[in-house]
Amino acid sequence: MATHATPAMNFEPGRNPGVTIPQVDPTTFYDAKGEHHPEGSTMLGFWLYLMSDCLIFAALFATYAVVGRNYAAGPSPKDLFDLPLVALNTSMLLFSSITYGFAMLEMEKGDLSRVQIWLAVTGLFGLAFVGLELYEFHHLIHEGATPQRSAFLSAFFTLVGTHGLHVSLGIVWLVTLMAQVHKRGLVPENKRRLLCLSMFWHFLDVIWIGVFTFVYLMGVLQ
Amino acid sequence: MSAASKAGHVERGHVDHGHGHGHGHADAGSHGSFKDYMTGFVLSVILTAIPFILVMGNILGNDRITGIVIMGFAVAQIVVHMIYFLHMNTKSEGGWTILALIFTLTLVIITLAGSLWVMYHLNTNMMPQHMHMG
Amino acid sequence: MFSNPDLQKLLFGRLTLDAVPLHEPILLITFAMVGLGGVAVLGALTYFRLWGPLWRDWFTSVDHKKIGIMYIVLALVMLLRGFADALMMRAQQAMAFGPNEGYLPPHHYDQIFTAHGVIMIFFVAMPLVTGLMNFVVPLQIGARDVAFPFLNNFSFWMTVSGAVTVMASLFVGEFARTGWLAYPPLSGPAMSPGVGVDYYIWALQIAGIGTLLSGINLIATIVKMRAPGMTMMKMPVFTWTALCTNILIVAAFPILTAVLALLSLDRYVGTHFFSNDLGGNPMMYVNLVWIWGHPEVYILILPAFGVFSEIVSTFSSKRLFGYASMVYATVVITILSYLVWLHHFFTMGSGSSVNSFFGITTMIISIPTGAKIFNWLFTMYKGRIRFEVPMLWTVGFMVTFVIGGMTGVLLAVPPADFVLHNSLFLIAHFHNVIIGGVLFGMLAGITYWFPKAFGFKLDDFWGKVSFWFWLTGFWVAFMPLYVLGLMGVTRRVQHFDDPSLQIWFIIAAFGAVLILCGIASFAITLVVSVLRREQLRDTTGDPWGGRTLEWATSSPPPDYNFAFTPVIHDHDAWWDMKKRGYARPMQGFQAIHMPKSTAAGIILGVLSIVFAFAMIWYIWWLAAFSFAAIAVVAIGHTFNYNRDFYIPADEVVRTEGQRTALLAERV
Repeated sequence: MATHATPAMNFEPGRNPGVTIPQVDPTTFYDAKGEHHPEGSTMLGFWLYLMSDCLIFAALFATYAVVGRNYAAGPSPKDLFDLPLVALNTSMLLFSSITYGFAMLEMEKGDLSRVQIWLAVTGLFGLAFVGLELYEFHHLIHEGATPQRSAFLSAFFTLVGTHGLHVSLGIVWLVTLMAQVHKRGLVPENKRRLLCLSMFWHFLDVIWIGVFTFVYLMGVLQ
Repeated sequence: MSAASKAGHVERGHVDHGHGHGHGHADAGSHGSFKDYMTGFVLSVILTAIPFILVMGNILGNDRITGIVIMGFAVAQIVVHMIYFLHMNTKSEGGWTILALIFTLTLVIITLAGSLWVMYHLNTNMMPQHMHMG
Repeated sequence: MFSNPDLQKLLFGRLTLDAVPLHEPILLITFAMVGLGGVAVLGALTYFRLWGPLWRDWFTSVDHKKIGIMYIVLALVMLLRGFADALMMRAQQAMAFGPNEGYLPPHHYDQIFTAHGVIMIFFVAMPLVTGLMNFVVPLQIGARDVAFPFLNNFSFWMTVSGAVTVMASLFVGEFARTGWLAYPPLSGPAMSPGVGVDYYIWALQIAGIGTLLSGINLIATIVKMRAPGMTMMKMPVFTWTALCTNILIVAAFPILTAVLALLSLDRYVGTHFFSNDLGGNPMMYVNLVWIWGHPEVYILILPAFGVFSEIVSTFSSKRLFGYASMVYATVVITILSYLVWLHHFFTMGSGSSVNSFFGITTMIISIPTGAKIFNWLFTMYKGRIRFEVPMLWTVGFMVTFVIGGMTGVLLAVPPADFVLHNSLFLIAHFHNVIIGGVLFGMLAGITYWFPKAFGFKLDDFWGKVSFWFWLTGFWVAFMPLYVLGLMGVTRRVQHFDDPSLQIWFIIAAFGAVLILCGIASFAITLVVSVLRREQLRDTTGDPWGGRTLEWATSSPPPDYNFAFTPVIHDHDAWWDMKKRGYARPMQGFQAIHMPKSTAAGIILGVLSIVFAFAMIWYIWWLAAFSFAAIAVVAIGHTFNYNRDFYIPADEVVRTEGQRTALLAERV
């Protein structure tokens, strides 16, 4: 029941919900015709989840901000970060954002096969992003800049790695959704799920803006 | 935006219970147009490229100023993503999403600024030698 | 066990037979008792053929009412465990003076005070609060269920899994010896190499997922599913406090998840977030954990405030005084609760400017709280007060909580805190507000809504006995701790040298026994009420002369709560309906759309326990296997699109007909 969206009401705080039952009639005690259907809550619920995820990242950013300059006589960002690689990585994520947008536009038009194509392209960009990040991590560890080396590296690997983990999770979800869209087509449930993943994907993009600015670019500056 | 949301509205048949007023309902705020996405994409490419160029080419010649400027670009880009990709506006979900976002951002700022403030004072008071290590 | 140590390590990680504490007589007896009790319960379930109904009607149910009740059952069971820990501590401290070492060695005593704190906060107070909100909120807003019914079931089972994980530490291995917030470096890999802290981390992480999701669920429910006409300022006060509490949950628990994840990285991977070397900073843990920890306090107390608001107006037969100010006070507390966290570590050394800021914000937060107290008093003023059991709890709360609040303001003064921090004064303060506030509130709420949940009231006499034991027991148990704290006695001490202190600890132990009588009387209340249920039966659905919507439906409510969605004109919706001649609808019933039960929640919960256990004992193959299983079940569940059904109209007609007959019988 909860998942069926119905544009019946508007719950703006302080305003009377616009309801089909006449508000003026004080003798109406119940909705006798069964016209009242609560609005879909999935989008709001998912948005709230994203907000909570945002706070997980806030804690990780705060930790990086506090211990991120404790190099313990080990390597510093200037020694480690390869900005061209980060720029390439960033572009992968940006491209994946616009291609996901295209998938959503095709979903609006109801073109199933194009939705699948754009989703696949998005997934590939996502994979490229994760691949490049893994390459970077491998390279750092190979040079001795392991998460165990200093608090700075612990915080760096954790913050960037958590973001990468989210992207990986997004890819798994994307593949699952492609299977579900393939199986059932663009039914309302699937559209809603695609919308949720779209919010998740763009949200990770927003987090990445913080990561490349705060961790990589600012790190190289110091 | 409103045209797009109306279009999305009619198409999703499952919502049709004969109610006229559907402003701010579940999915309305979540659809963008091709133009929206492209605007967002172009802007974010620009807003990403400039900070990278500033840092990699050391254009401004001053680390502190560069730092502040690229933070500004990051904030601008986050706003762009919020508007064009996440389709944030004051109306979606009856204003609840923007309310949740503002509340969350406040808490993010409290967490970040508060932790830095508290820990900075702690370090100066308790570990004066520590501050010279960085 | 095996001749090949490598093979054993591969198969069992660090789990060996030594992990079962056979050499500890106390644990052995506990184990035997739990084992016998468990066998008795399982036997009874089998004998009375209750497995099927239990599975179908409860474990797999997505009905918010049943999930709410199950949360409360979980909390009451865990209360027994947490309280047993408390009694053991009180007994130890009452006897361990001078040459007498008491009966608990330090390593055992340390586990007990840690377990007591963790269990009481996470597995008693939280499930009580979540359970009550789950049960009441959809009824109060005229909804048929929560926004995400499956998620609700899943959240509950994650909470249970966390509780099971804590309980497992009793019998396999050990629990943390670090105190309930597991500060590093004590909880780090060097100082706590055993499994105790890992039990702690995984229990909280798993339960935390459940708490977070149920927070999201209830916010979405309150925002989206209110009955027509119920604007924000027509919401019942309990629903308001539930909304604010869940906002706090969603905004605070991610910080706990993150900080525990960082601690586990320190322990499992060897990173240096909170270590003393290579740039780590243990105080960052304290800072982050209290950014979660202070809002957590308000997560617990706000719903209790909501309960008292409902009870005061119902039993004074008056509209709540200052509804709007009550709402604003709640919102202000919600926001301010994020600006006070440093008062938990004034002595850390952040200096006077930081301390003054947080000291002042802490004092400010007592203003909206005080406003609430006055609102309740003015509601009672000139009211026709009925001193039934819920009202007794409320009055007991007001007296107790005000004292606790005042000692809190005292502790908010940084120089005073330098003297009193980490002392038994602090212990007395927070028990004063948590028992006097949260626990009294939840017991009041349980007594108040019990007839709604089960269709009969709780026995009055035993309820009163329980209340008076709790109230006096609380005062006798904790006043000595205030005194001891002022004398400078610190918390978490297993043995004392100064014999002049002993008398205070003996008084406190006596108080704990009184509380034990209170708990026993509460259990007797339940038993007596079930036996006398026919005399205590409530056929009206409105046994107290209630004011809010939950009293408009039958007791217990039908699965669908309301045959027709109510339309609201006032924040005391049911009072308003009664006053203006509401007539119950008798015809025109329609089929009702409802969510289906599912076993996915309990399966995921069990797999989570397995995963946690494997991670705690370093059984990597099992961890990988159970994690994969969790992923498969979770993804598999999303392939099920057939999640709802219709209760046919004639069944609704039948159910409502029975209610009509019941109501007629009474007249």
